[in-house]
Amino acid sequence: MSDVKRFLYVNRKAPYGTIYALESLEVVLIGAAFDQDVSLAFLDDGVFQLTKGQNTEAIGVKNFSPTFRALGDYEVTKLYVEMESLEERGLTEDDLQNIMYEDEDDDWKEKPSIRTVSRAEMAGIMADQDVVLSF
Amino acid sequence: MKIGVVVSEGPYTHQAADSAYHFVKAALDKGHEVPRVFFYHDGVNVSTRLSVPPQDERNIQQNWTALAKEHGLDLVVCIAAAQRRGLLDENEARRQGKDANNIAEGFRISGLGQLIEMGIQTDRLVTFGD
Repeated sequence: MSDVKRFLYVNRKAPYGTIYALESLEVVLIGAAFDQDVSLAFLDDGVFQLTKGQNTEAIGVKNFSPTFRALGDYEVTKLYVEMESLEERGLTEDDLQNIMYEDEDDDWKEKPSIRTVSRAEMAGIMADQDVVLSF
Repeated sequence: MKIGVVVSEGPYTHQAADSAYHFVKAALDKGHEVPRVFFYHDGVNVSTRLSVPPQDERNIQQNWTALAKEHGLDLVVCIAAAQRRGLLDENEARRQGKDANNIAEGFRISGLGQLIEMGIQTDRLVTFGD
């Protein structure tokens, strides 16, 4: 068994209303210390987790959306967003936060972490994984 | 085969903790190894020894405790999820200045790293959730 496994965290729920999104992010942050090959998938209502301009003041819940922008520092740089899920909710990529990482293999050039993929491509990404954790 | 198990919903509201219990039992009976069961989200509520279900109902916590005893299972409760939901072992209760603890025998509280480690060290990871 190889030391490095491909981990995929699948996020399917809205950021607030239930705790799944927040507790998923907590696993991602802890898991980053294990030097595995990590990807995140956002589909169904999970695409709302990455939207910009979130304001949770009125519901008295912590707005954890800025944390996604720090993922690059944890070497979590692959955030796959399902196109159909965006479209079904009237969203486009412009509604999502600008999440960047510095590519150490390319002179630390800033690159976008969010990659929009089709539903069919997402199926392929899932099939390629060793460990899938769904939230 | 080495199988890691995640329980991510609470007892009685969801069947996840029951299904995971039956799955682990069946897997062990078939000769598979289950090195660890990880309780996350509301799944941590399975570990309270203070639940008192009606006598003609199954006791989910006691089922797990008995299975752990019989097979030496490692039942790990996520500390971050547990603290949010008021589940403390003796050490944590003392550390947090609380007047009681409620973790049942056979369960231990530890970090999320144990979940990742389980994913790395097992051949399959099976999640029981909603």
